[in-house]
Formats: sequence, C-alpha cells, structure tokens
Amino acid sequence: MQIIYILWQRQLKRYLRSKSRVIGSLAQPLFFLLALGAGFGPVFSKAGQGNYIEFLVPGIISMTIIFTSIFAGMEIIWDKQFGFLKETLVAPVSRLNIMIGRTLGGATIATMQGTLVLFLSLIAGFRPVSWALVPVAILVMFLSSLLFTALGTAIASKLDDMQGFQMIMNFLVMPLFFLSGAIFPLDRATILGTIASFDPLSYTVDALRHILTNTHFFTLAWDVSILAILTALFLAIGSYFFSKVQI
Amino acid sequence: MSIIEVKNLTKKFGDFTAVKDVSFSVEKGGIFAFLGPNGAGKSTTIKMLTTLLTPTSGELFIDGHDVKKNPREVRHSFGIVFQDPSLDDELTAYENMEIHGVLYHVKKEILKERIKQLLEFVELWDRKNSLVKEFSGGMKRRLEIARGLLHHPKVLFLDEPTLGLDPQTRNHMWKYLSELNKTEGITVFFTTHYMEEAERIADQIAIIDHGSIVASGNVEQLKTSTGTSSLEEAFLKLTGRNIRDEDVSKTDAMRMRHQAWSRK
Repeated sequence: MQIIYILWQRQLKRYLRSKSRVIGSLAQPLFFLLALGAGFGPVFSKAGQGNYIEFLVPGIISMTIIFTSIFAGMEIIWDKQFGFLKETLVAPVSRLNIMIGRTLGGATIATMQGTLVLFLSLIAGFRPVSWALVPVAILVMFLSSLLFTALGTAIASKLDDMQGFQMIMNFLVMPLFFLSGAIFPLDRATILGTIASFDPLSYTVDALRHILTNTHFFTLAWDVSILAILTALFLAIGSYFFSKVQI
Repeated sequence: MSIIEVKNLTKKFGDFTAVKDVSFSVEKGGIFAFLGPNGAGKSTTIKMLTTLLTPTSGELFIDGHDVKKNPREVRHSFGIVFQDPSLDDELTAYENMEIHGVLYHVKKEILKERIKQLLEFVELWDRKNSLVKEFSGGMKRRLEIARGLLHHPKVLFLDEPTLGLDPQTRNHMWKYLSELNKTEGITVFFTTHYMEEAERIADQIAIIDHGSIVASGNVEQLKTSTGTSSLEEAFLKLTGRNIRDEDVSKTDAMRMRHQAWSRK
C-alpha cells in the first residue's frame, strides 16, 4: 500500500511542480474549444442542433483525458531507459504494485486536467445542467483516465523506442478521438455511428454529455458499464505486459 | 567465500548470443572489475545479475540467493548505479532518497538518519532540497551511489560509473567507493573503459569479449600471463586492436537524443 502511495504521490509532485506543463497541456483543448466553437457554432445551430459549445465541452474534456492518460502510460518507453522506472524495477517490490501506483498517478493527473478544462470552459459560456452532478462527471473522468492510462501502459510495455510512440499517437489516439463523436453528433444511420460504438472514448464522451448537458446517444448505465469492463480488461492486460518488461 | 556466483550463463536474443556459457565468481568484500570492449556482453550480464533480464540458461547466485528463484531477496542484497540515469529529475535529492527508502522497506525511524549520513558522505547534504535536474553529471552520479547504498546492500553494481566525468570527480568517486569497501566491507562490482582505473582499484578482474570470458585474475596475473607491463596492454592483447563498430541500437539512438535534450 505504501509503495503504491509513494509512487502515486511522486507523479503528483512532478505534475504540480511543472507549471509550464500544466499550462501547455491546457492550451490545446482551449484552442480546440475556441476555434471549433466559434467556427462551427453558427452552422450547428442553423442545422437545428442547438448550442455547439454546450455540445463540444464534454468532447474536449474527453480529448484532454485520452491525450493525458495515454501519454502518462506511454512515458514508460522513455522512463525505462533514462528515467526512474529502472530504479523501481530492481527494487524488492512487486511489479503489480508499481503498475498500480503509476496508473493511479497518471489517471489522477488526467482527471485533474479534465476538471481544469471543465472549469475553463465556463469562461467560454458553458454551464452544466446541474452543479450537483459535477462530482459524478469527475468520477467518470477518473474511470476513463484509468482505462486509457492502462491502455498506454500495455502498449508501451511492448515498445522499445520513441518512433513507436508517434505511430500510436497518429494511428490510435487520433482516430479514437475523431471517431468518438467528441466534436460531431453521432447518427445510427451512418457508418460512423456504428464505428463509434467500438470506440471506448465514445462512452466517455456520451457519459459526460449525459451528466453535464443531459443529452445522450447511448444510456448512462450502458456507458459506465462499458467503461468499467474495459478498464478492468486493460488493467489486467497492462499489468500482465508490464510484469514481463525486460530492459 | 564468494558473494556472486555465475555458472554457465547464456543469453540469446533471437539468433544472436550476447553471453555465451560464462562462469565466474566474485570474492566477498572484493572490488571486481568486469572489463570488455563495447558490445562484449558486460551490460547484459549485469542486467541478468540484477533481475532485469531473464537468462536463457545458467545459474546466478548473489549472497547465496538464486537470482531466478528468489529475486526479492536478491534485490534486497544489491544496490546499483546504472549507466543511464535513473533518478527522478523533478524531485529533490532528498525525495529521491526517501522514495528509495520506502521501496526497500527501510524503517522510518532509521531512514532519516541514514539519508543524512549518506548525503554527507557524498557531499550533497547542503544540496538536499535542490531539484535533481539542477545537478551536474558528477553530482547525479554521487547521488545515485548514495541512493544505492541506502538499504545497506552487500554488493554494489556500477555500470560505467565514471563515464563522462572529469578526472577530479572520477578520483572522488573512487575515493568514496574504496572507503566504503574498506570500512563497510561492501563488495563492489563495476565496469569501465578506463583501464588505469581498473588497474588501480580492482583486486579481481574478468575480461569478457564476444560474450565469453577470455581471462580473469588479479592485475599481476593478467600482466604475467600476457607478458605485458600494464593492464591496458594486457587488455588489448587479449581482445585485439580492432575497433568494434557496432550498429547503433535503438537504445543508443534514444541515448543520443536524450543527451541532446538534456543539455542546458
């Protein structure tokens, strides 16, 4: 327990100390929100879909979550050669505890980033339907963060150079984001609607949209169940691959 | 009595055999130099001894514990300074030590005292609250040594500990290490490319080339058996004068990028 705690605390300290990283990683979602919001807003409302900012915010929060989480997981590639990871791998502690500590740390940071984006979006005019439900939204963020950090860890355990990292960003993370319905409404009649139901991020987007704006594509119970199952699955796969990491 | 026992150790990566049927032992309380040209199998052997890599075949024992069967006991019994840094740059020197203490289950009551003692030993106590990223290469290496000793290991592994350090810092490092060896009886196992270092410090030497041990013994024995007057000559006679042109591995490529980025 103490091992998990200290590894979690280490990542939080790192995060809170690098102000430039916090601000830098908030810039991207903010640009997306402002540029897409201003650009597509009028078209969106003309098409009878309502307020685009309101639609977009849960999507941008989800984007922040997936980017931050996968990145936290994939840091392992670098870390095992030049970083602190080796120090933990030769220590007399179980790999499972190391993996859990790291994953919780990464997921906590991603959740904090997501929450920050939620509050920043208030400036852009976003208002959640109920403030009382914001903690529930944060819980969904945390669940999704766990899912994607574990996924990142699983992938990174199998890769040994940074080129692989670029590949994953371009061929996995970007499609997951763009196909999730984060920036456009899903439609069951189209092929995109079908594809989106195979994208875990769709369920994050949908759950957050449900909680924050009371609109949805799937049902909340379904979203959360899928997210929980996938989190358990990726945690198991990630732990297994991580336990096999050799340097 | 030997504290490290390696018997018929082999490691294959696909078709390539990095370490071929290697056997050697290290005397308890000794200073052991493990020498060899680039790509000879030094780091691979250290990784197997320190539980980071699983051998293809062979047996390894540290302080009587089987490395393959009881990795946890083995991990308690050694400390290591890696070739590449393994400190957390964003944390302070003290915090790096503290985490190590928790990872190795050092009791809270004694942890503080020990951290102070070791940081004083490597002359970093007055910098304990500085972030590691502000440290020079030599300071980082000293901190890694202090950290490696925190759990009172019986063996300290150092993989090219003096690489890239100036002569002053190098001298300092060896001063700490021989002091530790004498006063605490810690066995020191190190690799280096500086033959004069090995000649001066080590009381046992093994030379590995192309994955096999080509010679072992103390400095005098190696010099006599090769009919040379210095360890460097003996080394060159045993391993040849050809320069080893290794292909750049993925690790090397990352290492270069790492150096480019971390330069201030």
